[in-house]
Amino acid sequence: MTMIFGIPLPALLGQLLIGFINGSFYALLSLGLAVIFGLLRVINFAHGAQYMLGAFTAYLVLAYTGLGFWPALIVAPLIVAMLSAVIERTMLSRLYDLDHLYGLLFTFGLALIIEGTFRYYFGAAGNPYPTPALLAGGTNLGFMFMPNYRGFVVVASLVICISTWLLIEKTRLGAYLRAATENPQLVQAFGVNVPLLLTLTYALGAGLAGLAGVLAAPIYQVSPLMGSNLIIIVFAVVVIGGMGSILGAIISGYMLGILEGLTKVFYPEASNIVVFVIMAIVLMIRPAGLFGKDA
Amino acid sequence: MTSLDHSGDDRTTDATTSVRKPGQRDLSTIGFVLAGIAVVGLLVAPFYVYPVFIMSVLCFALFAIAFNLLLGYVGLLSFGHAAFFGGAAYFTAHAAKVWGWEPLSAILLGAGGAGLIGLVVGYLAIRRQGIYFAMVTLALSQMIFFIFLQAPFTHGEDGIQGVPRGYLLGIVNLNDPLNIYYFVLAIFLFGFFAVWRIVHSPFGHVLKAIRENENRTISLGYRVERYKLGAFVMSAAIAGLAGSTKAIVFQIATLTDVAWQMSGEVVLMTLLGGMGTIFGPAIGAALVVTMQHYFASMDFPVTVMIGIIFVLCVLLFRRGIVGEAIRLIRR
Amino acid sequence: MIEAPGRPQGPALLEVRDLHGWYGESHVLHGVSLDLHEGETITLVGRNGAGKTTTLRAIMNLLPRREGSIRIAGADMMKVPVHRTAYSGIGYVPEERGIFATLTVSENLMLPPTVAPGGMSIEEIYDLFPNLAERRNSPGTKLSGGEQQMLAIARILRTGVKIILLDEPTEGLAPVIIQRIGDVLMELKKKGMTLLLVEQNFRFARKVADRFFLMEDGHILESFPTSELDARMDRLHEVVGV
Repeated sequence: MTMIFGIPLPALLGQLLIGFINGSFYALLSLGLAVIFGLLRVINFAHGAQYMLGAFTAYLVLAYTGLGFWPALIVAPLIVAMLSAVIERTMLSRLYDLDHLYGLLFTFGLALIIEGTFRYYFGAAGNPYPTPALLAGGTNLGFMFMPNYRGFVVVASLVICISTWLLIEKTRLGAYLRAATENPQLVQAFGVNVPLLLTLTYALGAGLAGLAGVLAAPIYQVSPLMGSNLIIIVFAVVVIGGMGSILGAIISGYMLGILEGLTKVFYPEASNIVVFVIMAIVLMIRPAGLFGKDA
Repeated sequence: MTSLDHSGDDRTTDATTSVRKPGQRDLSTIGFVLAGIAVVGLLVAPFYVYPVFIMSVLCFALFAIAFNLLLGYVGLLSFGHAAFFGGAAYFTAHAAKVWGWEPLSAILLGAGGAGLIGLVVGYLAIRRQGIYFAMVTLALSQMIFFIFLQAPFTHGEDGIQGVPRGYLLGIVNLNDPLNIYYFVLAIFLFGFFAVWRIVHSPFGHVLKAIRENENRTISLGYRVERYKLGAFVMSAAIAGLAGSTKAIVFQIATLTDVAWQMSGEVVLMTLLGGMGTIFGPAIGAALVVTMQHYFASMDFPVTVMIGIIFVLCVLLFRRGIVGEAIRLIRR
Repeated sequence: MIEAPGRPQGPALLEVRDLHGWYGESHVLHGVSLDLHEGETITLVGRNGAGKTTTLRAIMNLLPRREGSIRIAGADMMKVPVHRTAYSGIGYVPEERGIFATLTVSENLMLPPTVAPGGMSIEEIYDLFPNLAERRNSPGTKLSGGEQQMLAIARILRTGVKIILLDEPTEGLAPVIIQRIGDVLMELKKKGMTLLLVEQNFRFARKVADRFFLMEDGHILESFPTSELDARMDRLHEVVGV
């Protein structure tokens, strides 16, 4: 059996795969955060709650209608996006003229409400969600055994990240978004409905979180707490990557997932905190973040 | 951070009206009178209200006051203050239970430890501004949470239980409810007074200048980073003082004390009571602690209640109770 | 309403009556009135702070608070939200030009939505501004000041608007570029565009404008046709302070 630094190769690769999967979720969530922050200048603390909502919607849809994973993949993000759009329209948009910290505080309160409610009704324990039949089982790749669903998650998250990047960088709608980030007043004067754009952006970010939640359900179990533990790590990822670019958020997410996975193999006690330690280091050397533009 | 509400600011005469509006002097007088009444009230309170409840309020009030030093007066929102509050609780609990220290030294150790953690966290966090600062403090505090979770001396999920109240300075038996009450009251008043002195000192004036216009303060030659770090450490130490005291009073230190929800609660207390006001945080703390007790007995999820108050405050009530009161007096 | 002899008769395309504007508590526009007829070019002159830019912003509904009457082709504009203003056929080229750094030249050009038929096609625009065609994939801010000004005008021309508000188009530009911009504006006039120009450089303005409006402290002082400019030169120097 091949060994690397005293660890058998399949174990190492298995852990790397887990790291890559965690990284996929970090990337998806920090992507959503970056999209929302870029245009709205709001740190969406509720992002973790929206992720949890996506997972729970899938779970509840299955429990009450029998509709499984594939419909949930469409339905859940849509529901999360619509609810979030309503919240943005009615409440969040009133805070745009104020100090940006009020946006953080509002979404923080929102997160508490959503998570507290779910915790009240569903308890803190996790609920299992079945892997879709199509992706059950695994494939033997020779050097390691790859569970099919996990492989799917890796591919799906890459596709979603790249699609979002393309949407923002290469389409007309993305151009509106980027322009509105720089000079919302002028873009409005040209005839673009910027308030609607803001709502759609928030809905898009929330939808991305919800989508990540559905993808996560078969792997991590569906629990009211699944978001809040994750969101703070994602914040650290975002500080490391810098809020400047979508690409930076995506790359930082994957990178940190892999680093965390490696730490789990070689130095397990530190695996919980390695992301934060890296954040501390980045703050010392390059405060604006690895890809950051504004300090 | 210029649009955070600072209703407690100086503004004396209003040039457009001939009737002089209540100025800073009048508010100070009202403040002193109210404070005097409050102190008298607190001195006799244990005879009318369950002392453990008041002590709980006092500890959290001190926590909020320490937090507000940073938020209301320097303009820095730390979203990780639980690290100092809970960390100090752990240090004190360990010192009192395992090392057998008498309570005052244990508490001072806790506060000192919190100050040290504050030095490290502050040093890193101050490298960013505004919202990034908040995120960094949150992340670092989460890291500290995990460290405490895994450190053997904290006993993980169980926490450090059975912390002895002990004999203050070897003489006064703190197991007597009145003794410990007045001890806690003394600590609270000390902490309150300390913050008050800091705010009204030359150091405090520089902090205020930094909040109003940081670039201007830099151009005047002040080493702004040093002042911010100094304020951060002081805030951490006094928050630690509150946590240490709480550990002695309730005889327990747990993970809840270092969790991010606790960081959020102290933000809420300050926001609800009124940021940047002297009495706001204490009033906010009193309200939140009272509501938590009330709602806990009603089987209504406390987290949801806290979230609702947060949302309502941010949308409709940003000045907080004391802030709105000052505004009404000034009308 | 300032009466000016030689003023074209008939209904105005853009009619502003008694426009007041505020930034917060500060009352910055005091009863501004002007008429802009189709095919006309008028120019607002005045010193810095006179309220010229503010007037343009007020017309585009970019001011926090405004009162009065603004009509385009007879339709009341006061209740129209900001993002619908352009659909009345009015375009805005701001003083700072507003070229977006995160967009390429071509994306900048395509950004403003088409608000009316009859706008110039991309080919026509690249014919009029060949240097923009060359740089079409560069990021917006890699262009020189003059090229950015051309781009700011070009993208409005694409949208089909009939009225264009231009704020200090020649500011900070070399004489050769200023000449070019003057040529472009004359082309637009020939095509029947209606222009409201804010310009400190009245030697440039007199080449394109039909009428002058003098502004000071948020008030319109007087207006006169360009033919009377030489006779009013002293007054102009007084007001503009140049």
